[in-house]
Amino acid sequence: MAADMINWGLLALDPPGWGGVLLGGLMNSVKIALGGYSLGLVLGTFGAFGKLYGGPVTRDLMEVYTTLVRAVPELVLILLLYYAGTDLLNRVSAALGYGSVDISGLAAGIFVIGVVQGAYSTEVLRGAILAVPPGQIEAARAFGMSPLMILRRVTLPAMLPHALPGLSNLWLIATKDTALLAVVGFSELTLVTRQAAGTTKAYMLFFCAAGVLYLLLTLVSNLVIRLIEARARRGWAALR
Amino acid sequence: MRAGSEAVETDSLAELPREESTVEATALTELPSGRAFLKPHRLVLIAIAAVIVFCAIWFLRWDWLPQYAGALVAGVGVTLAMLASTSILGFCLAVPIGLVQVTGPWWLRLPARGFCTVIRGTPLLLQLWLLYYGLGSLFPQFPEIRQSFLWPYLREAWPYGVAALTISFAAYEGEVMRGAFAGVPPGELEAARAYGMSRWKLFRRIWLPRAVHRALPTLNGETVLQLKSTPLVATITVIDAYAVISKVRQVTYLTYEPLLLLALIYLVLTALLVAGFRYFENRIPNRSA
Repeated sequence: MAADMINWGLLALDPPGWGGVLLGGLMNSVKIALGGYSLGLVLGTFGAFGKLYGGPVTRDLMEVYTTLVRAVPELVLILLLYYAGTDLLNRVSAALGYGSVDISGLAAGIFVIGVVQGAYSTEVLRGAILAVPPGQIEAARAFGMSPLMILRRVTLPAMLPHALPGLSNLWLIATKDTALLAVVGFSELTLVTRQAAGTTKAYMLFFCAAGVLYLLLTLVSNLVIRLIEARARRGWAALR
Repeated sequence: MRAGSEAVETDSLAELPREESTVEATALTELPSGRAFLKPHRLVLIAIAAVIVFCAIWFLRWDWLPQYAGALVAGVGVTLAMLASTSILGFCLAVPIGLVQVTGPWWLRLPARGFCTVIRGTPLLLQLWLLYYGLGSLFPQFPEIRQSFLWPYLREAWPYGVAALTISFAAYEGEVMRGAFAGVPPGELEAARAYGMSRWKLFRRIWLPRAVHRALPTLNGETVLQLKSTPLVATITVIDAYAVISKVRQVTYLTYEPLLLLALIYLVLTALLVAGFRYFENRIPNRSA
């Protein structure tokens, strides 16, 4: 009985079906997640080093940034950054005489997810750097390495295994946070799913299909994370 | 982090990264302490912040506030009711979900693990819409449901919001409780068994209290994360604080003011929640070395 009720043709890739639209939405989600996560990693690296080695004012400003992002819902932050960010950019360009600029949804989405992820990865990386035995960094300093060389040769490689569980969880959070951009009207997977479901009235079918796509993304990411973790911990086998 | 149990647990493919690794990075769990807070440079920073706040109050438009104050208070009440009900219900579900993954037979362990993986692997917004639009469109087709006493509730939006948030909290916290149950030292359980305690008494007196104690710091973070998830219910027409602010934005065409006020409201709620947890954590005697 249930098999007759489900119209699998709706998931076909070609236009009468909505499969292609869903996959396009998934691509958009992955693009934003990748971009936002990378931006977040850059911000997080600066944030973590600012929090650990910066002056008192830098530290406090970083603390305010991470406190605000960790205490306010992502949905509110996304709205605030999305509308306020585009509004500010338009005003600045109007003041400079360029007229209003058209900001692509992709760039705005990456910026918004990146700022949120930046605060999260600041905390993850800070904890990981603190887990590196201080003697190793002191030894590098004693050898006369410059701060940049210490970062590249000692701190980053030594903290990576400590940071990986947190960073991999943040990647999964980033893929799931892209769904929130549906609220500001960016056509990522969740929004196109809702449009497809609303047009065809096959709500269960499309939401379950999107759930499977998200789950596949998570499980494939998980597989890659395993490989990276195994490689980063190859020197740790004896420790366990 | 317990290296031994971790190596055993990473065998299964469906095992997502541990929840504990990011709770404190994504949710505020500590407040600045009173001592050592006031330093010379902080006085300057506070003065600058005060000027910014003054400018925000002076130059931005706040004349809509008195008109919507009542609705806003009611909205905050709905937000808090959602948070409290779904956290408590979700925790009650999380205990069995965590327990069967540690000690249950395979036909309970596998569904519980699958539940955690599926819920943690998909966005909450999608789950919420699946329940509200998906189940909400299926239910009217069954005359048995239309005639049952539940039907007046199933036509409202909030039961779907409560269900989605409860399921989500149960999955994330179930993962934490599994680690907490597995982490109780086996010697304590053996000692209880040697005293001749029955399985239920052992669970009630030793295993559960010790596991909850271990899970408390993470529970704090998970509750803050749950508070941060509540505004999603506004997308299915539940009138919480977020929905009231959305209404203000539609009526007044203001960009900054309502959203800034909303951020401030959530900031205060989070701070209160963290302070409350700290109060209770300090009251629980901690004798583990």
